[in-house]
Amino acid sequence: MSQQVIASTATKARKLSAEEIAEIEHEMTLYPDKKAVGLEALKIVQKNQGWVSDESLFGIAEYLDIPVADLEGVATFFNLVYREPVGKNVILFCDSVSCWIMGCESIKGHIKQQLDIDYGQTSEDGDFTLIPVPCLGDCDRAPVMMVGPDMHRNLTPEKIDSIISDYKNKQD
Amino acid sequence: MAKIVIDGVEYEVNPDNNLLQECLSQGLDLPYFCWHPSMGSVGACRQCAVTQYRDEDDKEGMLVMACMTPATDGAIISLEDKQAKSFRSDVIESLMISHPHDCPVCEEGGECHLQDMTQMSGHNYRRYDKKKRTHRNQYLGPFINHEMNRCITCYRCVRYYDDYAGGTDLSAQASHHHVYFGRHEEGVLESEFSGNLVEVCPTGVFTDKAFSGQYSRKWDLQTAPSVCVGCSVGCNTAPGERYGTLRRIVNRYNSEVNGYFLCDRGRFGFDYVNSRKRLLEPVKRVDNTGELLADDEIKAVIKEFSREGTIGIGSPRASNESNFALKTMVGDENFFAGYSDSEHESMAAILTLASDKTFHSPSVREIEEADAVLILGEDVTNVAPRIALALRQSVRNKAMDLASESRIPQWQDAAVRELAQHERSPLSILSPAVSRLDDIAADRVIESLPALVAMGHQIANKISGSAPAATSAEHDAAAEKIAAQLKGAKRPLIVAGSSNGSDLVKAAANIARALHEDGEKAAIDLCLLVPEVNSIGMGLMAAEENSLGVALDKLSSSAAKRVIVLENDLYRRASKSQVDSALDKAEKVLVLDQVTTTTTAKADVVLPVTAFSEHEATYINYEGRAQLSFQVHQCQKMAQPAWRWISDAAHIDDVIERCCSEAPGFAKLRDVLPGGNPFIAGMKVPRQSHRYSGRTAMIANVNVHEPKQMEDKESIMSFSMEGISAQKDPSIMASPWAPKWTSNQSISKFQDEVNGELKQGHVGSLLFEKTDSGAYFDVPAATVQPSGKQLHLALSYQIFGSDELSARAEPIRERMTDAYVGICPEDAERRGLAQGDVATITPTGAPVVVCIRTGVKPGTALLYCGDANISPAEFTGFLEIEKSAARATSRGIANLIVSDFQEEEI
Amino acid sequence: MVTKPLTKNIDMSRPPLDIAGYEANEGYQSLNAIAKGLSPEDVLQLVKDSGLKGRGGAGFPTGLKWSFVPSGDNSPKQKYLVVNADEMEPGTFKDRLLMEGDPHLLLEGMLIAAYTIQASKAYIFLRGEYTVSEQALKKAIKEAYKKGYLGKNILGTDFDLDIIMHTSAGRYICGEETALLNALEGKRANPRAKPPFPQVSGLWGKPTIVNNVETICNLPGILTYGVDWYHGLAKGNDHGTKLFGVSGKVKTPGCWELPLGLPIRELIENYAGGMQDGLELRGFLPGGGSTDFMLPGHLDITLDYDEIAKAGSRLATGTMIILDDKTCPVGMVGNLMKFYAHESCGFCTPCRDGLPWVDQIFRDFENGLGSEKDLQILHDHVTYLGPGRTFCALAPGATAPLGSGLKYFKEDFEKHITEKRCSYKH
Repeated sequence: MSQQVIASTATKARKLSAEEIAEIEHEMTLYPDKKAVGLEALKIVQKNQGWVSDESLFGIAEYLDIPVADLEGVATFFNLVYREPVGKNVILFCDSVSCWIMGCESIKGHIKQQLDIDYGQTSEDGDFTLIPVPCLGDCDRAPVMMVGPDMHRNLTPEKIDSIISDYKNKQD
Repeated sequence: MAKIVIDGVEYEVNPDNNLLQECLSQGLDLPYFCWHPSMGSVGACRQCAVTQYRDEDDKEGMLVMACMTPATDGAIISLEDKQAKSFRSDVIESLMISHPHDCPVCEEGGECHLQDMTQMSGHNYRRYDKKKRTHRNQYLGPFINHEMNRCITCYRCVRYYDDYAGGTDLSAQASHHHVYFGRHEEGVLESEFSGNLVEVCPTGVFTDKAFSGQYSRKWDLQTAPSVCVGCSVGCNTAPGERYGTLRRIVNRYNSEVNGYFLCDRGRFGFDYVNSRKRLLEPVKRVDNTGELLADDEIKAVIKEFSREGTIGIGSPRASNESNFALKTMVGDENFFAGYSDSEHESMAAILTLASDKTFHSPSVREIEEADAVLILGEDVTNVAPRIALALRQSVRNKAMDLASESRIPQWQDAAVRELAQHERSPLSILSPAVSRLDDIAADRVIESLPALVAMGHQIANKISGSAPAATSAEHDAAAEKIAAQLKGAKRPLIVAGSSNGSDLVKAAANIARALHEDGEKAAIDLCLLVPEVNSIGMGLMAAEENSLGVALDKLSSSAAKRVIVLENDLYRRASKSQVDSALDKAEKVLVLDQVTTTTTAKADVVLPVTAFSEHEATYINYEGRAQLSFQVHQCQKMAQPAWRWISDAAHIDDVIERCCSEAPGFAKLRDVLPGGNPFIAGMKVPRQSHRYSGRTAMIANVNVHEPKQMEDKESIMSFSMEGISAQKDPSIMASPWAPKWTSNQSISKFQDEVNGELKQGHVGSLLFEKTDSGAYFDVPAATVQPSGKQLHLALSYQIFGSDELSARAEPIRERMTDAYVGICPEDAERRGLAQGDVATITPTGAPVVVCIRTGVKPGTALLYCGDANISPAEFTGFLEIEKSAARATSRGIANLIVSDFQEEEI
Repeated sequence: MVTKPLTKNIDMSRPPLDIAGYEANEGYQSLNAIAKGLSPEDVLQLVKDSGLKGRGGAGFPTGLKWSFVPSGDNSPKQKYLVVNADEMEPGTFKDRLLMEGDPHLLLEGMLIAAYTIQASKAYIFLRGEYTVSEQALKKAIKEAYKKGYLGKNILGTDFDLDIIMHTSAGRYICGEETALLNALEGKRANPRAKPPFPQVSGLWGKPTIVNNVETICNLPGILTYGVDWYHGLAKGNDHGTKLFGVSGKVKTPGCWELPLGLPIRELIENYAGGMQDGLELRGFLPGGGSTDFMLPGHLDITLDYDEIAKAGSRLATGTMIILDDKTCPVGMVGNLMKFYAHESCGFCTPCRDGLPWVDQIFRDFENGLGSEKDLQILHDHVTYLGPGRTFCALAPGATAPLGSGLKYFKEDFEKHITEKRCSYKH
């Protein structure tokens, strides 16, 4: 599959880092098709860069020689591929049914108040981005949320406060 | 055949098809969106739901999607069942939730499949009272508008653009009810077939941008069946005219030729017809200015040119009738071919092969049936684009075979693609540079032209030992593989053409002959492409010895005194010095043309000629298929068909009749005329729809009394809305319309069966009689190697620009590039050339843009002549390039779409 | 006698057993049987005889599913096993426990399944958010390779298996097996038409089996302890044990491995400790978000696939969501509708365009803007989005709580209209 480019379009691609390339090359050995590696590459780039910029998108498409339009179609389909910059910590806030029954609305209200952000927004200091997530599968300990890779369970407003300050301290 | 019961009536159906297709084939009204006759089923829209019953005792039944259900023998279904009907109405209600209902300002209105289906499904009251979701639109280039809010998310656009046409820059994005169809960012849609989106989209998301600027409703357009004059494929079109100007071109279904699709050159390359730069008055040259000719003066001119000592030069872009009239006027021996001598040589070979029983020239539909293809040296996408689209379908035959093995119906589009993955029928491309079909090629060999010829012969020899041998050690393995693939195929196809000389044509013929000999197969598909709409027609008329070079020599040597040049710019066909000397020497030069050219500037008398939409004409396509193109509208000024200026014939049918009986090879041309008694109840077929509006008002600024409609004394069509509409005879139907079906999807009402021939339809008439059985061509003697700084020359073509007339259309001009030479990075470096530099080429010294491409054979230069005054005839196989101090030319090569453009590092 | 084959090794207060610990507790025994000559056909027969049904939600017999995979010399050489570990059904939290608690059990099960269908490559399609599961599984896979349980010529047989971890980029629809395959191929995760079924043309067009984590985890026990033992585990008509969970306002929400066939009452009252003080049971979704509401009157029905079906719902994932009398049923259904509307892949019309309308109506109800007309539209959508009408089971799943909610909590809907507010909000 060869990607046709308009000659004049100055390439916007970011050169992938050696680290990213090594990881992508590893994925190549696991999947028989480049398209599958495309989605993996998006995740790899996001892991390294925090999000997938246009430049990164072009970079992956160019590296794998797959159409950038297809890659964008995939990138925009999945919930966990960020095509906009996010904060240092992404809060995946579960607002599905069990958490809702257990009062996640008021927890969300508390986060909103504390960080002054709503869904899809990043706090002014760039520390947190709040994103809703479908049921996190920890319903017996609802309400729950993730911050980065970590689960936080049985949330209360007090717990939210300490979580926020923990992450802020961790960075300092 | 299977028997199924639909609403109590038994039908004989094809069990290999799905229920939707069979319902439509039976003429039933069943609404649908995502299904398309050429793209099969995916089951996305859920619009074609019907109730299926287990057996006669089952009164409940269950809903099934007709497009996803096979028409199994014994099936009992109902379209009318209440639950099916109400579900279909609910689906429309859903689709309409965010639709803007902007029909009054939408270009699709009046020929909108969504409008039709909404009416048909009985959804007529809007219950949704919440906010609509909205989208942002994108700039998609000069051809296509984007209005995403109208989208009903049927996925047809991406299935067509990506899956069917091989495009890579349109995709479905986002999810749930935010699904968006667009490019990854704004920009020109790159596919050469993007225009079909206008017709594939069931509503007004993708519309014709050029048309928008001078919009008219479908029912207000005067239209007639026409044939595209953009290349030699002869796609059937329906041009539409309003207020004296040509407004748009849409596809006209022909089961053998273009089916449902056109290329963008054909769709968007017409507006030179409306140009002020057209030749519209007869003029003579007096002291370097034009002076209008009076009628009697014209008569005198014609009389003068009828005398002894006049030669005529025909035109591959003029109709059979005009070429024939010229030939009759000047006499057979004085009628000369109007294409270059190199093309003449190729054409001689092509015409000889045309009557050879060994070969079959496949129609576009037949090309789709090929299960192994070899393209020898031809850039199909840029020379005969519609065939490139057909080749894309041919490689899917492997997928169809795999599907049959796994008992997956062929119409299960997504499932067949999933099963086959990257498995394709073999398609091999042998060419001097990478091409736009490489993504589907199993094998690709990039070589200089002489090496390609040698390799062609080598393949022939590997298929059958009796073919003359040639060796090219370097590609022995590839040749072996290709030979085996072709031998192993049920329906192999060899594609070549006249773009780069006759040697490739001959090598291709030898391969086909070898296949014929080896397999004792029926005639082998040999598709030989020629560049222009009537290259074949004119070629048939000119005697083999009457080449353009001979004609020019006659003039230069004063062996002939006068010359009539028919619709031709000779400077595109022969070297400048040759043409200059001939025209300077000629006593008098008469040029008949539609547009001003370098040649008309040299004429003593110029007579204006009608454009394709302004006259009735016949053309012969690459396969020898004669087709009739009706007049759509009248020329507002004084242009006439060329044959009318130069012959006494009163009626085109008379010219065709004479041509049939007098010109060898044209005996079957009369078959294209509407047969029997074409007049229904003595009435003509109207070019205007029954809803045509404003007839009284449209010239009220000139005359408030509505004048009598202009009479058409020649054809069976009238410039009127009165008469019996073409619905009675699809063979003279321009744009289909049926009750409840205002969009192009109404075509199913006129087909024998879905994707079949039109009911009374005419697919044209194949002229060639297969009478001979020839012999192998010899392998050409080893060619001279380039010396010093020389590079092998390979002529290169562009879909937007290489055709003389469409290159004058505004939308096409926005996509054109300047003349360029394409060379590989090593050759560029050796000459100190950088990407985008201006260079001069020897021998002409013309300036061209340097285009460095990684996929060009080292030692070979591609030369694209563009609309610069560079005649390919100046070159004899070699080229020298030198850096020039000249500034970049007007457009540069920004619009060039190639996969191997060498990007500069940043 | 092992009575809890799925969770016998699980103790969430410590890290999961490593391979040595797992083996010490009769782990990887099934591989020895295979090494000793148990053929794929034999295993298939055992699984068929066991009566194991898929634990992902649909409850399709596992052995039957496997038997559709073409076998023999003419069948495609490459076949795939895919484990559906994309747990995202609202209110479902059972696969997480298995993967975090005993990853080797899953690997052993995968070896059995892959051997049976002769797949040399298996993918675990893991939910991206399950970071702890990912680490546990990665570690276990590494150990299994080291031990020779994965890779080439496993235990000296000619059976090869590679297991590849794939973490998803997140979407509920990926739990639909064909959408999952598209996601694994790096495509937009729209479901595929069936037929052709994945068993014939699945991942990259090759024969593929997709099984849920819990289903796979049933296999080692069946091979190690036998079919009779397996049949002996259950109390009702179905076989084996199952993970059951309870969430919502009960005293001790959690997840337990129990024999199939227990009365629902026992689960809620004994295991989950009954309702929190001051609350009454109003209703419950028996197996995740895509099941019909059941009422307190249904408490004596047993946890059997068929018994629950008779009561008009589905056992599905076996994880219950409890609705109490102080929680608004309209709000609860509305929360689910928002979820389904957002998680629709956008491929077929009713789901893509119908669910957002339903969602919008619930938002209006919540804000006191509901009307009788809207209520009628909700009712219409229960039919419109029903089974057979949409491309896959996502929207029909949404109609389960919607339809039953409209039926059982009619007065709540009407109260929202007449009072122009949600009376549960204070």
